[in-house]
Amino acid sequence: MTVGVLAVQGDVREHVRTLERLGVATRLVRRPEHLAGIAGIILPGGESTAMWRLMVPTGLAEALQQELWAGLPALGTCAGMILLAREITNWPERYLGVLDVAVERNATGRQVDSFEATLSADGLGEIPAVFIRAPLVRRTGPRVEVLARWGEAPVLVREGNVLGASFHPELTGDLRVHTLFLEMCKEGR
Amino acid sequence: MDKGTYRVKTGFAEMFKGGVIMDVTTAEQARIAEEAGAVAVMALERVPADIRAQGGVARMADPQKIREIQEAVSIPVMAKVRIGHIAEARILEALGVDFIDESEVLTPADPFHHIDKWAFKVPFVCGCRDLGEASRRIAEGAAMIRTKGEAGTGNVIEAVRHMRLLNEQIRRLQGMSRAELVSYGKEIGAPVEVLELIQEQGRLPVVNFAAGGIATPADAALMRMLGCDGVFVGSGIFKSADPEKRARAIVQACTHYDDPVLLAEVSTGLGEAMPGLAIEAIPQAELMQHR
Repeated sequence: MTVGVLAVQGDVREHVRTLERLGVATRLVRRPEHLAGIAGIILPGGESTAMWRLMVPTGLAEALQQELWAGLPALGTCAGMILLAREITNWPERYLGVLDVAVERNATGRQVDSFEATLSADGLGEIPAVFIRAPLVRRTGPRVEVLARWGEAPVLVREGNVLGASFHPELTGDLRVHTLFLEMCKEGR
Repeated sequence: MDKGTYRVKTGFAEMFKGGVIMDVTTAEQARIAEEAGAVAVMALERVPADIRAQGGVARMADPQKIREIQEAVSIPVMAKVRIGHIAEARILEALGVDFIDESEVLTPADPFHHIDKWAFKVPFVCGCRDLGEASRRIAEGAAMIRTKGEAGTGNVIEAVRHMRLLNEQIRRLQGMSRAELVSYGKEIGAPVEVLELIQEQGRLPVVNFAAGGIATPADAALMRMLGCDGVFVGSGIFKSADPEKRARAIVQACTHYDDPVLLAEVSTGLGEAMPGLAIEAIPQAELMQHR
């Protein structure tokens, strides 16, 4: 099984390293042809505006969106979740739109307010989480399952083949969120 | 809930990888940078080329300027302080600046020390010319490193020099015994604990960008080919004939640096680049990299 990591911008290396620790082959996805044959794709942290502008000109944005609608499993962390979301409450753009949530960008504030905390996640237990200028989920659709919250706000959500996290599991060395995602990849489309 | 931890600082820097950070002097320029796909902007009163041309003492930007830029964009906003100027750094931290560049582009404030960056919640990026300088800045708490290059020249040779030297020195570390590492640390003025980390990882333990003289998409691609994680572009964008187009092109080139066909396409028809300066034409005393 080969899992793709969207590699136009962001903390790609940390996700690749986490997948390698789980014994999974990885592929960097920079162009549409890199999508062929992957069992799932991770959309890393970074700047969502920059990542989108690097996905559109090559046709990757459109090709990935089609794959996601066809059921390709995806994990989006931080900016990656913004790319997946159906709606962004405080930004005029919308990107892939395959996860039925409304997210607020930079909802935890500027960098001086970025933080580490422990979350209690359904089925995963207590997990360490790093929130960096993080987006928070402000609305969830009827088919969206909330796996963890920070205060009132959902921060780990799943809808079918798509998993979204406000935080960065790839920065902590904890493997549980990625393990859950790999189970989704094994289940297939 | 822990704020300002080293993991939160260095983790934030990891998010910039593969991206372009652009110098801007107005809200309008900041919006152009964001629209082009910059991962952050550096808020300044004057770009390095103007600082160089005008001379005098260059200081932290007016907080009003920084606020204007913070309000204009959704991407992170960085700003520069003079080397060693703890008070300027506290002011930027209070303004909620996302990253501080303790920068040789401004006139240094402390002839003896850099800022103790561990004492701050806001992360810092610092310039370096070689492994010794990079290691000292990391020991002081820098969460990100960049090459110094020679800012405001539109001439990439010094950034290449610094990146090449860094790479060569990191390679040399690999085969060293503990005793050799200690004497090498003494030779280049690097703390041994930091060198040990670098030896173990085979790279700097923090994100490393290129800066100083990058003016074209090809310059950005070159620096990425040499192994840096992303680039800062100072005067190169807003001192060129068509900033929107050049900014977009440099962003694309930074990601697709190993795709020459795409590089050729984005390099086409950008109009005049910023006027460049030969390094030999600059008097030694006016070189910013020696600060």
